[in-house]
Amino acid sequence: MTPFIRQRGVVAPLERNNVDTDQIIPKQFLKRIERTGFGQFLFFDWRFSEDGTPKPDFILNQPQYRSATILVAGENFGCGSSREHAPWALEDFGFRVIIAPSFADIFYNNCFQNGLLPVTLPASDVARIFDLARNETPLSLEVDLEKQTISSETGEFQTSFSIDPERRRKLMQGLDAIGETLLLTDAIASFEGNHDLPLLPHNL
Amino acid sequence: MGSQTLFEKIWHRHIVHQDTPDQAALLYIDRHYIHEVTSPQAFDGLRQAGRRVRRPDLTMAVMDHNVPTSDRSLPIRDAIARRQIEQLEINCREFDVPLWDLHHPSQGIVHIIGPEQGFTQPGMTIVCGDSHTSTHGALGALAFGIGTSEVEHVLATQTLWQQKPKTMEVRFRGRRPEGTTAKDMILALIRHIGIAGATGHVIEYTGDAVRSLSIEERMTLCNMSIEAGARAGMISPDETTMEYLRTRPYTPKGTEFETARAHWLSLATDPGAQFDRVVEIDLEDLAPMVTWGTNPEMNAPITATVPDPDQEKDPVRASMMRHALEYMGLTPGTALNAIPIQRVFIGSCTNGRLEDLERAARVIDGRRVADGVRAMVVPGSGQVKREAERIGLDKIFTAAGFEWREPGCSLCLGMNDDILSPGERSASTSNRNFEGRQGRGSRTHLVSPEMAAAAAIAGHLTDVRTLSTEVPS
Repeated sequence: MTPFIRQRGVVAPLERNNVDTDQIIPKQFLKRIERTGFGQFLFFDWRFSEDGTPKPDFILNQPQYRSATILVAGENFGCGSSREHAPWALEDFGFRVIIAPSFADIFYNNCFQNGLLPVTLPASDVARIFDLARNETPLSLEVDLEKQTISSETGEFQTSFSIDPERRRKLMQGLDAIGETLLLTDAIASFEGNHDLPLLPHNL
Repeated sequence: MGSQTLFEKIWHRHIVHQDTPDQAALLYIDRHYIHEVTSPQAFDGLRQAGRRVRRPDLTMAVMDHNVPTSDRSLPIRDAIARRQIEQLEINCREFDVPLWDLHHPSQGIVHIIGPEQGFTQPGMTIVCGDSHTSTHGALGALAFGIGTSEVEHVLATQTLWQQKPKTMEVRFRGRRPEGTTAKDMILALIRHIGIAGATGHVIEYTGDAVRSLSIEERMTLCNMSIEAGARAGMISPDETTMEYLRTRPYTPKGTEFETARAHWLSLATDPGAQFDRVVEIDLEDLAPMVTWGTNPEMNAPITATVPDPDQEKDPVRASMMRHALEYMGLTPGTALNAIPIQRVFIGSCTNGRLEDLERAARVIDGRRVADGVRAMVVPGSGQVKREAERIGLDKIFTAAGFEWREPGCSLCLGMNDDILSPGERSASTSNRNFEGRQGRGSRTHLVSPEMAAAAAIAGHLTDVRTLSTEVPS
């Protein structure tokens, strides 16, 4: 996993609450068995008409946001299905940071497994970012995970954010989570020795 | 230890490692269910790192999400779906994981077969790469959905890092009125607390109205916990739970059952145990509920009208309502029971069990599906299908004009061929009415099986309680 230390980039404002994972990546694209290549399907029904042409009104189709690496959205971002295809699609499209007033639990968790930083900010801060990002000149922010700060290049926006220290550490080091847990194999084995486990029958 | 909740008892018994109490805990996982859509990348990760599945004997795979629900003797037409199905077979063979494939007689939706077969038992920690894993909490297990990286983590280590969620008691007060169901109870809760109302929490459902639910009804309740944002939903084990478990194929039998029984009952929340939050829902006025918008919180009693965004004081909510009504093609003030539908879907992990089909069949019996409506029943598992056919439900449905199909997730998420056309409107017993969920441009109204059956007969959303008096069978 790519370590995340800091990210400077253009902000794309997606002013919607309850963006669900069916919108982030519709189900017809979940049949692929690869982990990559989902960016082309991100927000598919919002981005493209039925005949496949891009919808000019949708935020990610507007030229000033094409290179955005930071997505800012309304509350409860990522609700619905557990599909990790959602963070895969966001990451593959080029996003490294999602800012919102709140996130759905499973999506939030899935982001950290993919080097994607979800930042929870107060609704007033998110509203302010929306205002600044809607300008003709796109807003550029620097998100610093080490210092836990967000600031605009021009200094008109500055804030700090909090995040679970363990998750921060793992994201900054880009660690293989399974490799870390396997260091605790003895503890797992000893737990298994004392734990009453109904096994699944062998002849299923 | 003092008084503890069901959740706390299970949580504490599964901690393998934790540095400090406020940090994430490494939890042992007792059951890991796998399906074709969220597992291929996890197996691939294992392969690349040269890792094995630590406990194939606690792991179980089934094909359900993208499987066709038509004739199983034919090859799957969709090449990409077929590849995903074949990949699960390859992975299970390579990693020695038991698999119920398309041709297994009891294949079905993972959340239907786990409890039905007795793989799911009280006190277990259960995960699956699917958000509706909360269903298994109906038996008193701690069960929740995870992403594919976590699927890989569980495959490799049989554990998962988890922050301890908060607990929420949802206490249903009073008696559930005639003609209302567990589906209406959960929709009423989601309407009350909102689709993010339980984020970060594990819900335990309590109250006499919950105690009097069958296990299958409890599963409907727990299933949709995620639609309120909850990490999991659960119900303390009781005698109803024990009677259900006694007859499952893979639960302990004889004296072993009696030992397990005592243990299972001891897991119930202790009197006086405290929850972080308590929500009370009064059932006296509960009516059959139906969604009118594009998330499960946007629902109302069938006796109501489509709400008016202009009456909504919160501008953000009003704007969301407008957007939803535009997508749904609905006008404020329209009576919900006058909305015409073209499709009816009875099935899914929410409402695809035998009792669901029985209750729908009672509404259907002797009647005909309205002209211009295409209606289908997709049993939740092979066993549900067999049992239903044994008692003749299939004949009632097909005589009325319903399609009787093979088990799978089907139109709940529309990954296979079972989808709506743009603009088509469905009465659906599934769990999500998100934009495009049942096909691009599809318009979904979530209802109970009885209400879906009534809509099929009437050709529009209708109150099942009055249908029975208006149309003689």
